[in-house]
Amino acid sequence: MDFKLSREHLLLQEMYREFAEKEVKPLAEELDEEERFPVETVPKLARYGFLGLPFPKEYGGQGGDYLSYAMAIEEISKVCATTGVVLSAHVSLCCAPIYEFGTEEQKKKYLPSLLKGEKLGAFGLTEPNAGTDASMQQTKAVLDGDKYILNGTKIFITNSGYADVYIIIAMTDKSKGTKGISAFIVEKDTPGFTVGKKEKKMGIRGSSTCELIFENCVIPKENLIGKEGQGFGIAMKTLDGGRIGIAAQALGIAEGAIDEAVKYVKERKQFGKRISQFQNTQFQLADMYTKAQAGQMLVYKAACAKQDKEPYGHLAAMAKLYCAEMASDVTRRAVQLLGGYGYTREYPLERMMRDAKITEIYEGTSEVQRMVISGFLKVN
Amino acid sequence: MKIVVCVKQVPDTTEVKLDPVTGTLIRDGVPSIINPDDKAGIEAALRIKDQVGGMVTILSMGPPQADVALREALAMGADEAILLTDRAFAGADTWATSSTIAAALKKLDFDLVIAGRQAIDGDTAQVGPQIAEHLGIPQVSYVEGIEEVTNKKIVLKRQFEDRYHIVEVKYPCLITTLAELNPPRYMSVGGIFDAYREKTVQVWSLDTIKDTIDMANVGLAGSPTKVKKSFTKQAKGAGSKYEVGADEAVNIIMTKLAEKFII
Repeated sequence: MDFKLSREHLLLQEMYREFAEKEVKPLAEELDEEERFPVETVPKLARYGFLGLPFPKEYGGQGGDYLSYAMAIEEISKVCATTGVVLSAHVSLCCAPIYEFGTEEQKKKYLPSLLKGEKLGAFGLTEPNAGTDASMQQTKAVLDGDKYILNGTKIFITNSGYADVYIIIAMTDKSKGTKGISAFIVEKDTPGFTVGKKEKKMGIRGSSTCELIFENCVIPKENLIGKEGQGFGIAMKTLDGGRIGIAAQALGIAEGAIDEAVKYVKERKQFGKRISQFQNTQFQLADMYTKAQAGQMLVYKAACAKQDKEPYGHLAAMAKLYCAEMASDVTRRAVQLLGGYGYTREYPLERMMRDAKITEIYEGTSEVQRMVISGFLKVN
Repeated sequence: MKIVVCVKQVPDTTEVKLDPVTGTLIRDGVPSIINPDDKAGIEAALRIKDQVGGMVTILSMGPPQADVALREALAMGADEAILLTDRAFAGADTWATSSTIAAALKKLDFDLVIAGRQAIDGDTAQVGPQIAEHLGIPQVSYVEGIEEVTNKKIVLKRQFEDRYHIVEVKYPCLITTLAELNPPRYMSVGGIFDAYREKTVQVWSLDTIKDTIDMANVGLAGSPTKVKKSFTKQAKGAGSKYEVGADEAVNIIMTKLAEKFII
């Protein structure tokens, strides 16, 4: 067992930090305030290789490993959780299922432009009546000769409106239940596919979250991923991977909040002392940092297990469950350490607290993670 | 176009602390970086390569730990890297350092040598110019701009005290770069993977350059500089800050100067 990062990972971490500090952090407040998608950051993420990080070079990726990818989301989310989820949704929810479940033709057609970042990806599973119970898909895909015709509505879709390629989950045979669900690749500008209402959110406000509407949307038959009926499994496995990304995002948010709180308590004076000299401050930060470090171990372990092709669904679930709840706790405590200033938008802590909450909800709520983990323990 | 960039790994602080007993730098706990003027040199080389094509080699003399600085340069896009490291090089002053680096350069094929103006841990600004002298090639120091590059010549903007000079120079030549020449690019993710997986840092020892170096110019024994004493300047007390109008500021300054019997 080796708990040390390799020299390669250390150099990556240094690069991620410099990039995040100089290119991502300066925009974080504005993106939140204006609910603006980071359009200018996406080409930079592309140029430096983030958007194809854990995929082989033969498809235009960087040949990196999953730990390197999780660390990238962690470092970026330390300064801007919005940018973190743009990256996570693109890589984990769009590129990964094409790479893992797509045909060679699909990989050659879609991956190079996605991995080089010329195109951005998204994933549509959730519907108004199919949230945690994702099996209740009402979007239908009907085979008509060499085409599928899609009808239905997806909601809460990250990167929507800015993405070029969407992985869409739809029912092909309702009588078969989850075995009648299939996965498709849908390109933007396909006739019959429109992006609907944009959600106004509590946190990650720069991330674009919209509904997707399919009205007799015709897509080629060859855009089916895997076989008909495999879509539910593809979606669940995609989310297993995605959870490592969201866990890393939550971890980053918590670490970013700790960094800000540490800086503040060393400067702020009350009762004639720096507030860092009070034992309450010290103990709070000691607890916060310990929890973040424990979360980091879970994230890195899950990422390494995925990389090594070991069973990792339960590890990803534990990493996401723990880090999401930890991030909400740590950011709440960080706001408290800053007192009134923490509650103002002059400091980034209140934003971090709002951003942290979503990590307990999307890509499987904390309750779903507990279902996955207890399922692994075979206690259901 | 063959470009060699000479870089130094330095402690990441301008507030270098000295061991009060030995007078040497305390490096423990201080992260190391590529010297900022040298990093601008790497960026300059990469931009020239982007523009006219060519090959960028990074050359550094230092302890084995300097490997990471060379990997960083490779991850930025340099083609190859050479680390000159040998116990015999230890204790080198600028003369011995420039002699050693020049000896290594004599074994390389180059059109342009780029060195940072000066290192933040020594601030001598001597090594680059000395290398040019050892090699007998023209040099342009304090380069703050590159106006034009072709495969035959380079036109440079050289910083001067109260003006700047536009200098045209033919290859082979050496230039020393200022950090303000350019904002260096980041390493890329793929560049980092390549730096560790596909590229190597060649390690050269004294033995590698034995036929191009004068052994009298190596390491501590080959260093004519004798340091009498090194010490950390004692910090002054905390200053006072006044946010007042001009008239009141003048009064405060006059009073303070009078208090200290300066006026």
